[in-house]
Amino acid sequence: MTSHVLSQLRSLEAESIHIFREVVAEMERPCLLFSGGKDSIVMLHMAAKAFAPARIPFPIMHVDTGLNFQTVLDTRDRWVERTGVQLVVASVQDAIDRGLVAEEPNGSRNRIQTPVLLEAVEKNGFDALFGGGRRDEEKARAKERVFSFRDDFGQWDPKNQRPEIWNLYNGRVHQGESIRVFPLSNWTELDIWAYIAAEKIDLPDLYLAKEREVVDRGGMLFAVNEFTPLKEGETSEVRSVRYRTVGDANLTAAVASEATTLDAIVEEVAAVRLTERGATRGDDKVSEAAMEDRKREGYF
Amino acid sequence: MTETSVQDAMPNDATGQQAVDTSADLLRFATAGSVDDGKSTLIGRLLFDSKTIFEDQLESVEKVSTERGNDYTDLALLTDGLRAEREQGITIDVAYRYFATPKRKFIIADTPGHIQYTRNMVTGASTADVALILVDARKGVIEQSRRHTFLATLLGVPHIVVCVNKMDLVDYSEEVFQNIRRDFTEFASRLRVPDLTFIPISALVGDNVVNRSENTPWFDGAPLLSHLENLHVASDRNLQDVRFPVQYVIRPQSHDARDYRGYAGSVASGVMKPGDRVVALPSGLETTIEGIDTADGPVDEAYPPMSVTVRLTDEIDISRGDMIARPNNTPAALQDIDAQICWMDETAPLVKGKKYAIKHTTRWARAMVKDINYRVDVNTLHRDEDASEIRLNEIGRIQLRVTKPLFVDPYRQNRETGAFILVDETTNKTVAAGMVGGLPHAA
Repeated sequence: MTSHVLSQLRSLEAESIHIFREVVAEMERPCLLFSGGKDSIVMLHMAAKAFAPARIPFPIMHVDTGLNFQTVLDTRDRWVERTGVQLVVASVQDAIDRGLVAEEPNGSRNRIQTPVLLEAVEKNGFDALFGGGRRDEEKARAKERVFSFRDDFGQWDPKNQRPEIWNLYNGRVHQGESIRVFPLSNWTELDIWAYIAAEKIDLPDLYLAKEREVVDRGGMLFAVNEFTPLKEGETSEVRSVRYRTVGDANLTAAVASEATTLDAIVEEVAAVRLTERGATRGDDKVSEAAMEDRKREGYF
Repeated sequence: MTETSVQDAMPNDATGQQAVDTSADLLRFATAGSVDDGKSTLIGRLLFDSKTIFEDQLESVEKVSTERGNDYTDLALLTDGLRAEREQGITIDVAYRYFATPKRKFIIADTPGHIQYTRNMVTGASTADVALILVDARKGVIEQSRRHTFLATLLGVPHIVVCVNKMDLVDYSEEVFQNIRRDFTEFASRLRVPDLTFIPISALVGDNVVNRSENTPWFDGAPLLSHLENLHVASDRNLQDVRFPVQYVIRPQSHDARDYRGYAGSVASGVMKPGDRVVALPSGLETTIEGIDTADGPVDEAYPPMSVTVRLTDEIDISRGDMIARPNNTPAALQDIDAQICWMDETAPLVKGKKYAIKHTTRWARAMVKDINYRVDVNTLHRDEDASEIRLNEIGRIQLRVTKPLFVDPYRQNRETGAFILVDETTNKTVAAGMVGGLPHAA
């Protein structure tokens, strides 16, 4: 006799699948924003589950900053091959070359990817974009809806959000407006890892600990590679490190870790005492309200 | 340096499945109260004492507390998210927080308590298993406590926990606690409160939040966290009435699954099994469940809140917005709906004669307001039967005429098939939360 109680991870999965189906049923042209990071991969994995045995009925879009770890691109291509999903690539380098955006002095392409994203959305006529944002990541996200309405400039107005009651989502938009949809809203970092381990989800192996050559910059460990070469006067060392997020290769730091398996990561995450963005994303350290400002501009 | 796939490092089957299928369940609770009640402090305390707060978050809160000249770390800062809120020292919107213990994962819908934000409380309570109501021990049961309790019962929240907070400021007096308990119980007897619990706490100091307090030896109940961990919520779900709103029809246009036709959706209530006789609404045609599929393979049964795909033995015409039920247990197919609504639009009130879009389960239709029966004063529960409109944050009972039948159950029996939203057809904003059936109290 079963108890008819769904475990919390299966409840979260069921909720996410419900969200995918709801968007596909109600929106004209949805698209999944795919970064190659673990959250977007978990989204893609669940999107495939939501429509099985049919294929995923919408494309995925990769905003390619040109600063990707190769293994992330390889992983992306494996997923495209495996699911048969259509891939749209929006290139930041191309946008720089065309003069749509200009490189920022600090080398971060995080902010300038927003206009590239918005342009691609408009060109393709996407009216719903799935993003991997989770409410546990950051205080501004904690107040964002699952269906997050954007005006025709792609902007988020935190004071003018639609009430979201029960699971009755309202995706109605006028021409030119769109919604961002966050199927992972109620997941925490630990949930994501427990799910990845349970479902054996294929990730870039940057997430696993391994001996890598790194340089310590103000407590942040950057891998020494073409994107983050050693600066004059710096010395590198070989340490066992892994990545907790895989953003742009020139900005994403690794953390010291011995977690060489997914189960070990789950254990490590359960014990860890720094939020993932705070630990490894240089671009979020700018100000306490950094994320809120970026979201207002149309960033995820 | 070559990076490969992580699949080499995958865990074996047994470990992996275990983590997902036998681990903790999920409890959603809503908190209501104002800054003064210590609600944010209580949530900060739960996150802090359950070791969910991260070091960098705590550091940032300590820094701000010091800058403001506070004597103690203001845990409320952990939850006051948006910049406007921090500047004004108030909470504007529903915020969601997460923490977990080995027994359960908790989702907190943290809602501001002020009357202006009734719609946020309604939003937070709509999916909650538990409502936490904070009462300041020095002030006792006030208008706001009554309003929050009324809204929680209106939204059908099955468990209410009253945290009598700031016990440290009344010398942990049992008499103060018992008086509040008596007042509250008396008031609550006019509402349908299935389960009511009182806990004396101090969110600031931590009494009876995570650990039992030595300051309240007269209190023999469990501290808040252990109460929430052990609360039995499985029986709150409706497992009797099979309701499966069809969300999406899966018909693969591929060679290997060309004949597949499955009805995807979330089980709203009841338990479905292959072999069950079912009826599809609105057609009324009967058939049998051939199989229930998930991407992980077929399952023997499906129950809430599972997302599954149902295959039927007969090819009958079913599309999104239709409902699958049992032949001897169907929802009512109604075009005239009697409902309680909470109005959520600041720009215009609900008025008689106006038309809205309505969404009920996966079905959209149009609805006209035929009549406004009365408006309820959320503080006194007084009914104003002469009301001609229902404004922002007001509750009322109305009659709707819908363009096509909705397959409804009374909200009291079914929080899924008894709920709907109204959407303004011009602005596309969600303007009301609606509950089918009469008032949640007998008065």
